[in-house]
Amino acid sequence: MSRAAVRLRLRVDPVACDAYGFCAELLPERVTLDEWGYPVVDGRPVEANLVDLATRAAAECPRRALHLDRVAASA
Amino acid sequence: MTTATLHRTERLLRTGPDGPADPGLATHLALHGPLTVPPRDDREWSHAVWAEVNRSGLTGRGGGGFPAAAKWDAVTRSGRRPVVVVNAMEGEPASAKDRSLLAWSPHLVLDGAEVAAALSGAREIVVCVADDRDRTARSVGYALSERARSGGGRPVSVVRPPSRYVAGEESALVGWLERGDARPALRVDKSVPLQLRRRPVLLHNAETLAQVALIARHGAAWFRELGTAGAPGSTLVTVSGAVRTPGVIEVELGTPVEDLIGRTQPTGPVGAILTGGYGGAWLHPSRASVPFAPGPLTEAGATIGAGIVVVVPATSCGIAETARIARYMAGESAGQCGPCVFGLPAIADDLELLAVGRGDAGLLARLQRRCGEVAGRGACRHPDGVVRLVRSALDVFGDDVRGHATGHPCAGHAAPTVLQFPSALPTRAGAA
Repeated sequence: MSRAAVRLRLRVDPVACDAYGFCAELLPERVTLDEWGYPVVDGRPVEANLVDLATRAAAECPRRALHLDRVAASA
Repeated sequence: MTTATLHRTERLLRTGPDGPADPGLATHLALHGPLTVPPRDDREWSHAVWAEVNRSGLTGRGGGGFPAAAKWDAVTRSGRRPVVVVNAMEGEPASAKDRSLLAWSPHLVLDGAEVAAALSGAREIVVCVADDRDRTARSVGYALSERARSGGGRPVSVVRPPSRYVAGEESALVGWLERGDARPALRVDKSVPLQLRRRPVLLHNAETLAQVALIARHGAAWFRELGTAGAPGSTLVTVSGAVRTPGVIEVELGTPVEDLIGRTQPTGPVGAILTGGYGGAWLHPSRASVPFAPGPLTEAGATIGAGIVVVVPATSCGIAETARIARYMAGESAGQCGPCVFGLPAIADDLELLAVGRGDAGLLARLQRRCGEVAGRGACRHPDGVVRLVRSALDVFGDDVRGHATGHPCAGHAAPTVLQFPSALPTRAGAA
């Protein structure tokens, strides 16, 4: 698989998440909070210009609940 | 609970003029004939039986509807000997089929578990019966003692997980078996089988295994004599609510819902039909000619779920009944995921206010938004089932919803519930 064929997607582990909300602060382009403060993530592939921010958002989650999954691109 | 005449669709639950057939081993063998399951790995036998089950088109009867034969494929691919887990938890309050099956045909379920074990190379079988179902556990225990006297068979243990709604969800059940934690687990890739003591788990609903026992005896062509091409065979349905003879009936898949309800004699005009269970969907009585089968029910906005039909009379209010279910389901959350922990009680709050006609102007829009926010955001599908039910209520009871939303609740909103709940419902002040 070529490098271009791999995409990154954000995913929340809803069991681990405790609604700290750092992800929505760090990556408002892709994460919004519901009325109870839990993140709603945009599951579309993360664009190249947001990859660094997404990586940081995942790394700084106090509950390690935000994951940046590598997925094979279908298109 | 039983019909007086032998119906031709009665394969799993046989009834005679004096009621159900005796559940003992001798009667079981007389009714169904012997079944020889090889005690050790037998590739030829396994392949032949697998092919029959595959051809039969049998799908899981616990609500998932996954093809039974494909489940064996996924488990045997891993190379390790699996553990067969029989799911008889039946946490849906409106379901009684698995406990009826284990009361009246326990040997059929145990035969099916034995077939599944032999096919997949498993050397142990675990039967899961909720901790408040002592009669069911005793029936299984007695059946096992009968089988032990005739010798042979793989070791079977009966375990008693907690009787909570979500405890029968497969990852919760395996979690309880593995570590005593009966809460669902987040599964990123559901094609990877669950593990128990580092072995893959082959988990089937009790009724699915009873069907396997019959297919192993009589073959796929026999199984397909009933049902439709797309939904072959018979299935157990628990019918309750406003009917004179509530209980478990066995019907051919594809039987019109109205015929199925007719067999249990509604007490009066039908107002609405709950399908699938408390995480299911409502069906308007004008659509009751729909065949009781997964595809047609889904197209009609309903769902087959675990074979559940609840008849709500025209004198009741579907919104009030939905509010009660939502409140119950909120209380049955495993408490792990925020959208479920906070979202389901909020949805129940909205519905309770709507039911009594005391909602504010923004209630409907807020309820719709909350449904959208909660769906798909839990580790398991518990919140998704509630959202499906609520959305179907807003659709099926649309005319009533408008009245309730403008302060004019229908006459039925104060009627007592026809639904069954395991314990008294927590209610909020001001709720119906």
